[in-house]
Amino acid sequence: MKRKLPLAICFLMGIVMIVQFFIPHPVSLEFGSVIYRWVIVLTAFALVLAIGNLIRHHTYKISKRKEDWPYSIVTLAGMTGMAAIGLVWGVDPESLYQKIYLNVMAPLGATMFALLAYYMASAAYRAFRARSLEATLLLVSAFIVMIGFMPFGQYIHPRFPAFAEWVMQVPNMASQRGILLGVAFGSIATALKIILGIERSWLGGKE
Amino acid sequence: MPVRLATVLSCLLVTSSPCRPISLSPCLLVSLSVRSPVDVRAVDKPNDAGSAIQVEWSLSPDDISIEGYIILRKTQKDTVYQRIGSTMPGVTSFEDDETVDGETYIYTVACSKNGELHYAEPSNPVSSRPHIFHTGRINVLIAIIAFTGLLAYFVSKARTGQSLYIRQIPGLAAVEEAVGRATEMGRPILYVPGLGDIDWTATIASMNILGEVARKIAKYDTELVVPNTWSVVYTVSKEVVKESFISEGRPEKFKEDYVRYLTEAQFGFAAAVNGIMIREKPATNFFIGRFWAESLIMAETGAQTGAFQIAGTDSVLQLPFFVTACDYTLMGEELYAASAYLSREPVLLGSLKAQDIGKLVALFILVGFSIVAFLGLNLLSLLNVQ
Repeated sequence: MKRKLPLAICFLMGIVMIVQFFIPHPVSLEFGSVIYRWVIVLTAFALVLAIGNLIRHHTYKISKRKEDWPYSIVTLAGMTGMAAIGLVWGVDPESLYQKIYLNVMAPLGATMFALLAYYMASAAYRAFRARSLEATLLLVSAFIVMIGFMPFGQYIHPRFPAFAEWVMQVPNMASQRGILLGVAFGSIATALKIILGIERSWLGGKE
Repeated sequence: MPVRLATVLSCLLVTSSPCRPISLSPCLLVSLSVRSPVDVRAVDKPNDAGSAIQVEWSLSPDDISIEGYIILRKTQKDTVYQRIGSTMPGVTSFEDDETVDGETYIYTVACSKNGELHYAEPSNPVSSRPHIFHTGRINVLIAIIAFTGLLAYFVSKARTGQSLYIRQIPGLAAVEEAVGRATEMGRPILYVPGLGDIDWTATIASMNILGEVARKIAKYDTELVVPNTWSVVYTVSKEVVKESFISEGRPEKFKEDYVRYLTEAQFGFAAAVNGIMIREKPATNFFIGRFWAESLIMAETGAQTGAFQIAGTDSVLQLPFFVTACDYTLMGEELYAASAYLSREPVLLGSLKAQDIGKLVALFILVGFSIVAFLGLNLLSLLNVQ
């Protein structure tokens, strides 16, 4: 019963939502929007469980004095502090909550994003060492695209930028579309397998 | 006024016949200077939820000189038209999305110039209604039915015990080795299910793979860390891992702390995962699901900590980063094949075969339609989904 009930709900809802896709009638659209509202409600419940997990994990780390436990205090203080500020003073554009978000959270996120450039340099160094035919091809095509997209490219040859664009639009696009076609069929197959109860790994496997 | 008179006289020279006397009344002055749009047609908007009518007309011959078109409407019992909208010159259609279903309407279109309106003949009476079936999606329905048929055929074939050839996928063949390595080193396994919410198919595929990986982990008695960015994904992945431990007969080995919720912030999540990799030094990292710009930040940090890394995503823009920084990468559809490949269940392997045949059929359709399009017959529009 523990397995059969989720499978039955999954099958029923899967079929109903597929049918809903083909019916533009207002009753069908209203049903779809009710389901989406339920998703929001479920997300709110799941968020309570998730926050509970976060608090439990960090209080455990603090109580056991695990490695780097002071960071857990920062995490918990940040989370409860922001929640309290938002609840007491609101989250309007001029509120303290927004000021903290824009002046602390956003720059921290931007800093992490900016680090990507260094990670790229490090990864490129490893990838572009021409150890095999594939790595050599990668190195050559990356060189063509990089130089071609720079203003310097047209000084090498007036048609160099157009060639770089061709590399992006033809071989690169062709392989991307090949992958996307496979992804589309994989997505449909996965959805159908779950709806029809063929795929049960999400329930812990067979039986 | 002299300019207007000159225009009228020039019109007369062009349009009037010498045997038809034309009086220069103010009304005729207008009708001669601008001709109204013609052939006004109104139809119920197809495939909609009702309350909408599409109005179409043919351009006024003087379209180039008018200010625009005014669309007017009346119900069958009304005597006067009411203005409901306007368009620029050159436009031949308008959608009235404020109709009452079942009520019959008549439309007319007028072109305006110098504040004067020149009316077309009224349209046919029409009423809007909600539709039961979206005919613009019939191609999707056919594809779903055909694909479900293929799936059913290959699954039944697999059930009879026929062996199906599935090519080797190195990234998946390495999963056993990856779990074994972590066990030998006595270090945890990190499984990142991506940053997509549960409505991303890649996340659902990742949950299927997590189930298989967790079963191996339960068997080998290794530690596991599954950080999550969305609360729903957190609850699902927790249940998946828990069920896998139960199905392996080791429920007591499951720890609540294996599956963690971190944050919904994209780079906050990347920073937290990097912190886990540096502090807890997992022996193996799995990055399987939907990823965005944070992919390389996490994969490169993992490479620097010396972890064995297996990635899988359907995001074509992130694939090069994973290929660069990870030992094995599941590209696109391999991500969706992983669960079948790992479990080796005949029924799931049968579904993989159906997937391959479906792809082959799609390829033939695309090539065939493209050839036909070169010959001047465009069938590619049949593949459009509304």
